[in-house]
Amino acid sequence: MAYKMVQMPEEVAQKLHLVDDIVEKYKQVPGSLIPMLQEVQELLGYLPQEALRKISRGLEIPLSKVFGVVTFYTQFHTEPRGRNIIRVCLGTACHVRGGQNIMAKITEFLGVEPGGTTPDLRFTLERVACLGACGLAPVMMVNDQTHGRLTPDQVKEVLSRYQ
Amino acid sequence: MSKTVLICGGTGCVSSDSHKVYDRLEEELQKDPSSRIEVKFTGCHGFCEQGPIVIVQPDNVFYCRVTTNDVPELIEAMKKGEVLERLLYRDPVTGELSRSREEIGFYKKQKRLVLENCGEIDPENIEEYESRGGYEALRAVLGKERSEVIEEIKKSGLRGRGGAGFPTGLKWEFTAQAEGDKKYVVCNADEGDPGAFMDRSILEGDPHAVLEGMLICGYAVGADEGYVYVRAEYPLAIKRLKIAIKEAEEKGYLGDDILNSGFNFKVNIKAGAGAFVCGEETALLASIQGERGMPRPRPPFPAEKGLWGKPTNLNNVETYANVPRIIRMGADEYAKIGTEKSKGTKVFALTGKINNTGLVEVPMGITMRDIIYDIGGGILDNKEFKAVQIGGPSGGCLPSELLDLPVDYDSLTEVGAMMGSGGLVVMDETTCMVDLAHFFLNFTQKESCGKCTPCREGTKRMLEILERIASGKGQEEDLETLQRLARVIKSTALCGLGQTAPNPVLTTMKYFLSEYETHIKEKRCPAGVCKELITYRIDPEKCTGCTLCAKHCPSGAISGEKKEPHVIDPDKCTRCGVCITKCNKDAIYLA
Ligand SMILES: Cc1cc2nc3c(=O)[nH]c(=O)nc-3n(C[C@H](O)[C@H](O)[C@H](O)COP(=O)(O)O)c2cc1C
Ligand code: FES
Repeated sequence: MAYKMVQMPEEVAQKLHLVDDIVEKYKQVPGSLIPMLQEVQELLGYLPQEALRKISRGLEIPLSKVFGVVTFYTQFHTEPRGRNIIRVCLGTACHVRGGQNIMAKITEFLGVEPGGTTPDLRFTLERVACLGACGLAPVMMVNDQTHGRLTPDQVKEVLSRYQ
Repeated sequence: MSKTVLICGGTGCVSSDSHKVYDRLEEELQKDPSSRIEVKFTGCHGFCEQGPIVIVQPDNVFYCRVTTNDVPELIEAMKKGEVLERLLYRDPVTGELSRSREEIGFYKKQKRLVLENCGEIDPENIEEYESRGGYEALRAVLGKERSEVIEEIKKSGLRGRGGAGFPTGLKWEFTAQAEGDKKYVVCNADEGDPGAFMDRSILEGDPHAVLEGMLICGYAVGADEGYVYVRAEYPLAIKRLKIAIKEAEEKGYLGDDILNSGFNFKVNIKAGAGAFVCGEETALLASIQGERGMPRPRPPFPAEKGLWGKPTNLNNVETYANVPRIIRMGADEYAKIGTEKSKGTKVFALTGKINNTGLVEVPMGITMRDIIYDIGGGILDNKEFKAVQIGGPSGGCLPSELLDLPVDYDSLTEVGAMMGSGGLVVMDETTCMVDLAHFFLNFTQKESCGKCTPCREGTKRMLEILERIASGKGQEEDLETLQRLARVIKSTALCGLGQTAPNPVLTTMKYFLSEYETHIKEKRCPAGVCKELITYRIDPEKCTGCTLCAKHCPSGAISGEKKEPHVIDPDKCTRCGVCITKCNKDAIYLA
C-alpha cells in the first residue's frame, strides 16, 4: 500500500500534541503498539504520518516497523475519513441474500468505490465480512447503527439520514 | 403479582430496535409506579429472525417482532395477567400459536447447554450468573489437584470448538507440563468466519462463563495471566466483557489469592484490528505482542512457546464456555451427550435461505436434515434445498444427498468439509455454486497474509480461473488445473488459512460438477447469478407496455411504444435486475 501524502486538516493538526500523552501512557507496556494506534486513530480519526513518527520515536522502534503494522490491519487508515462510515456487509449470509446489490446501489449513489471517501467528506464506504447480524441479511452499518433486511430501494432514504 | 420483562439486547435484536422498545417500556412504566413491572436486557435468544424478542416472566410468554407501538397494549395485557396473542409466534406451516419458547419448533430439538444462560440473565450483573450456579465450578476446582482437573476435562471428551477439534484436555496437559516460570491462557474470540456469530453471542450473553472457563484453565495449567483477543467489529462484546472482568475482580474471583486459595489470575482484553488470519493461533499471539499478525511454522506449538515465548494455552470462546458446565455436571454426565468421538453440543449460526435464521445449539451427531428442517423450519419461500456450507471459508459445501449425515467432527472431515467454528449457510436453487466458490476464495485470497507463496500466488491463480469460468470464458482443462492447484496449496501452505482455502472449490466441484460444466460448455449459469452469462428478456405475451421498466432502467436499455410489448437491448443492459423488481406483470425473466 502506498502512502499518499495528504495535508492534515486543521483540526487534526491542533490535536496532534495529544499523541504525546498516549505515547507516554503506553511506553512501558509490552506489546502496546496496536492499542496505541487504536487510541491515536480514535483521537484523530486516522493515522497521519506525523503521528506515526511520534509513536516511532516514543517507543524507539523504526518507523518502517510501525508502518508495517499499520498497513497490515484493515482497521487502520492513513488518510482522512468521512464524517459517516458506511460498512456494507458482504459476508456469506449477506452474499446469498443479495448484499452485493446493496453495495452496487451505494457505489452508484455516492460515486465512490469501496474504500473510498466522498470529496465532501460526508461518507466513507467500506466492505466488511459479517457484522454478526446475519439473521437480518442483507445488512449494513452506518456509524454505530445497523440497518437490516435492506432492499436496494431503501439505500437512498437510509443514507439521507446522515449528514 | 410482579413481572419481569426480558428484552433481548443481542446484536440482532438491537438492530431491530429492541433498545427503543426498552426505552418506551421504561417511559410508560414510570408513569405508573404501582405496576410492579421490571424491565431487563438479556443476551441473545438465538431467534434473531423474529426480533426484537421479549419474554415476560414468571408467565414464560414469548413475544416476537415487538415494536414500540405495541408497548402500551403489552403493558395492559401484563397488568391484566393476559397474553397478547397478536405478538405470539405463529408457525409458518401449521399456523399454530406458541405461547412459550419451549413450544416453538425452532427450540424443540435444540439442547441448550452453553447457551443456557443466554437470554435468561442480565449479562451485566454477576449476581444473576451466580444465582444459576456461576463460579461454583471454580470454587470446586480450587480444592482439587491440578492434574485432577485436567483428567476431568480429558474424560469429558471435550474437543476444541474453534476449528480443528483438538482434544482440549490433552492441550491443557501439554501446557501444564511445559517448563516455564510464567504461563498464559489465551481466549480466541477473533471469529473471522464471514457468516458466523456464535462467539459473539456467548460473550454478549454470558461473559462470565468464558471467564470462569479461563480461570479453571489457568489453575489447571499453572498460568496467572490471561488474554481475550476480540474482533474489533464486536464493540458490545468488548463492553460486556470489561464489565464482567470488573465485577469478577470486585467479588474476588479474579485478582490475587482468589477465594483464599493462593491462586492468582488476571485477564486482559485485546481488541483485534481487522485481519482474518489473526484467528490462526500463532498469528493471534503475534498480534497480541503488537506485531503484524503473521503465522509462523509449528512446532513449537504455543503450549511450549507461545506469548512472549512462554507456554500458552489457547482455546476458542465456546470451548472455554463448556468448561464450567463440565465441572458442574461431571465429566461422565457430559460425555453422555453427543457421539462416541464428538462429545457435548455445538453452537451454530444458521443463516442464508432458511426460514428460521438464528443461533442454535444442538447435540453432536444430530443430522443436517434435523437442523435445517426441524429447527430451521425449511427453505425460504418453499424453494428447493440445494446445499449447505459448513465451516466458513475453510469448510465445504454439502449437497442434499448428505442431508442425513451426522454432524460431528469426523463425519464432516470425511466428506471434505469441516466443523469449523460453526457457520451454517443454507442455499437454495437460486445460488450458483461457481459464484459461491468464487466468493469464498475471493475472501481467503484477500485475507492471505502473503508470507508463503502457495497461498499468496496459488489462490490468486485459482481465483482467476474461477472468474474466467463465471464470465463464460472457461475452458475444459480449467477444471483439471483447479484440482491440481488445490492439491498443491493444501499440502504446501504454511498455515491453516492456505491449507483449507481450496476446500470450498473442491467440495463444490465434487458435488456440483455439472454446474461448472454448464458454465464452461454451454456458457450458461443455471441459477441465473453469473452476470455475464445471463440475459434479461421480456415476455411479449405478458408485457402490457406500461413503461414502468423503461422508466426505471438506469442504463436506458429498455425501449418500446406505450401499450406495446417492450424489448431489452442486451448490449446496453448491465444486468442490475431493477426491471424485474419494478414489473408487476411478471413479464421479465432470465434466460
Ligand atoms: C485462518 C484461520 C483462522 C482461524 N480463525 C479462528 C477463529 O476465528 N476463532 C477460533 O477460535 N479459531 C480460529 N482458528 C483456529 C485456531 O488457530 C485455533 O486452532 C483454535 O482457536 C484453538 O482453539 P480450540 O482448540 O478451542 O478450538 C483459525 C485458524 C486458521 C488457520
Ligand atoms: S454475513 Fe452479513 S451480518 Fe453476517
